[in-house]
Amino acid sequence: MTTIAVPAVGVDEGTAPKPASRRERWTPGALTAQLLIYVLLIAVAILYIFPFLIDVATSFKTEPDAAANPLSLVPQTWTTAAYQRLFFNSDFPIWFKNSAIVTVLVTAGRVFFDSLAGYALARLHFRGRNVVFAGLIAVMAVPNVVLLIPKFLVINQLSIYDTYAGMIIPLLADAAGVFIMKNFFESIPVSIEEQARIDGAGSFRIFWSVVLPMARPALITIIILSFQGSWNELAHFIVSTQNPDLTTLTKGVAQLASGQLSQGTQYPLKLAAGAIMTIPVAIVFFIFQRRILNASQGAVKE
Amino acid sequence: MTAATAARARVSRRRSGVSRGQALSGWLFTAPVLVILGLFLLIPVLMAAWVSVSDWTGRGSPLSPGVHFIGAQNYGQVLWAGGLSERDFGTALKNNFWYVILVVPIQTVVALALALAVNRRMLRGRGFFRTAFYFPSVTSSVAITVLWLFLFSTTGAVNAVIAWFGVKGPNWFNAPAGIFHFGATSGPALLTGNTALGVSWWDWLGGPSIAMTAFIILAVFTTGGTFMLLFLAALQNLSGDVEEAAMVDGANSAQRFFRVTLPQLRPTLFTVITLGLIGCWQVFDQIYTGTHGNPSKTTLTPAYLSYTAAFQNNQWGQGAAIAFILFVIIIVFTIIQRVVLAEKKVSKRRMGWITRAERQADTNGTAAIAVQGSYGEQNS
Repeated sequence: MTTIAVPAVGVDEGTAPKPASRRERWTPGALTAQLLIYVLLIAVAILYIFPFLIDVATSFKTEPDAAANPLSLVPQTWTTAAYQRLFFNSDFPIWFKNSAIVTVLVTAGRVFFDSLAGYALARLHFRGRNVVFAGLIAVMAVPNVVLLIPKFLVINQLSIYDTYAGMIIPLLADAAGVFIMKNFFESIPVSIEEQARIDGAGSFRIFWSVVLPMARPALITIIILSFQGSWNELAHFIVSTQNPDLTTLTKGVAQLASGQLSQGTQYPLKLAAGAIMTIPVAIVFFIFQRRILNASQGAVKE
Repeated sequence: MTAATAARARVSRRRSGVSRGQALSGWLFTAPVLVILGLFLLIPVLMAAWVSVSDWTGRGSPLSPGVHFIGAQNYGQVLWAGGLSERDFGTALKNNFWYVILVVPIQTVVALALALAVNRRMLRGRGFFRTAFYFPSVTSSVAITVLWLFLFSTTGAVNAVIAWFGVKGPNWFNAPAGIFHFGATSGPALLTGNTALGVSWWDWLGGPSIAMTAFIILAVFTTGGTFMLLFLAALQNLSGDVEEAAMVDGANSAQRFFRVTLPQLRPTLFTVITLGLIGCWQVFDQIYTGTHGNPSKTTLTPAYLSYTAAFQNNQWGQGAAIAFILFVIIIVFTIIQRVVLAEKKVSKRRMGWITRAERQADTNGTAAIAVQGSYGEQNS
């Protein structure tokens, strides 16, 4: 993936020995094409970014202002009424707390269980390993939405409906994460583990103190995906809870969108809620940006 | 027995004590994942299969003796009984069908176009563009839907832009008219008189409602970035040699794209379309957050209908039946797509370099399926 980091100048130097292709690239036609690409890309980029700017700007507007000037990025009168209402006069803090609890525990659980299982499937020889792996692949093929009713049935049957356990445990393991970790462990050399094994270390010891520290890139991938997945999860919380004290951000804001807080459109309020719930994923996104943008690759390569 | 397995057997014999320990830890290590997936995936599916052929109404346990086996009745209600349930299911199917037909090709083309543009060697600010295009994919479907409700409201940003051209925009999320009816309110008797799944041919052909169209735009907006990444990964794995050779042979850029680049991207194209199909048949979050199936049920989807049938109307059997029919639809569509896009005969010489490129791209594709399989759905 180094090509991305290399600035355009560097690439130019690399192809310099081929004057023919260089000349071809700088014909007036090519130059126009290049300009056109930039104009198009910038236009599309604005199209992609602008809605989010509108979101933030509108959250600081008054309601009449939001309706009258939907495109303006500068509120006529700045007001933090929407945020005050959310934080001091609604269940929003509870939703945020619940989302945070669930996300942290699910992410921690997934990192541990996925890497544990991934390691076993990649390295440990045991009877039934292939069956387990085939089972995981089959599980990945079942669409999530098909599981809405079934999940509720089991959660209800186990009497963990309306509990944190019911919200968290079903999300703790995911087949895709195991798959990513397995692929990663298969890509690192066995020799180091062999050495530890000869020194008499047990399987868990080898996994915990030898292999896991080497797995940082893959673990980060799992952290990003789990964080994003559980923070943004909606359907599972709809079917596993109904207690308002256990409402998560996604569920709460979705209900807010259908106008549960009060009458009127309330757009500044709703958009403020949407903006705040985007912040944590946005932070994770910007911290790990390089990894995310390479995530689909990083999982198998390295 | 192959040499490899023989070798492995020798090795395991050499340290049979170790391998016994390995068997134990192997199962111990995989146990948590197996238990959780078994408990919350395998058993639920079996239980739902039972519920879909039972008369359970949501009270007590579906396994209690008071619940009876009623055969295919629930499926019948939804598929051929001719009542409201059938009409609702037909409507939901129609809505989602148009959603799939429009979203999958558009998002694939958009993603490919973005990837090609961002992948240009001479491009400055590549990182910025990639970030901008990918960002909508990481945000939650709920937050984006809320934003969409505002952008597409009567006095929203979209209508403000439309007004620049002197046109009055529709009240998007309250407009049930099918976009392919072009404003016509009644059709020829042949089309309005005949029905399929309780929905008239006229309505089937009407396309998505204006409200659904807003969701279609939303889907393209959020998933374009995800799939752009898959295409980018594949593009960066292509060897420049083939392109170079074609360039020397005097192929213009259109020829190079259609004859050289696109065939090599086939595996990724395959992955993107498959993931698109699977995701698009599962629209739920947006409907739950935004419209609840309104206006006039034109944004109802099978996934949302399955939820309301069970959780709001206590028709658990029908809800479960719809979920299973949806499962079958997804499988059928995936198979159709596989057949349609199946490898066509290619000359041996060309095949040589294509397979080489595919082998690489395939590794990426598989991992991508794994990743997208469980995390990509929310955005689709």
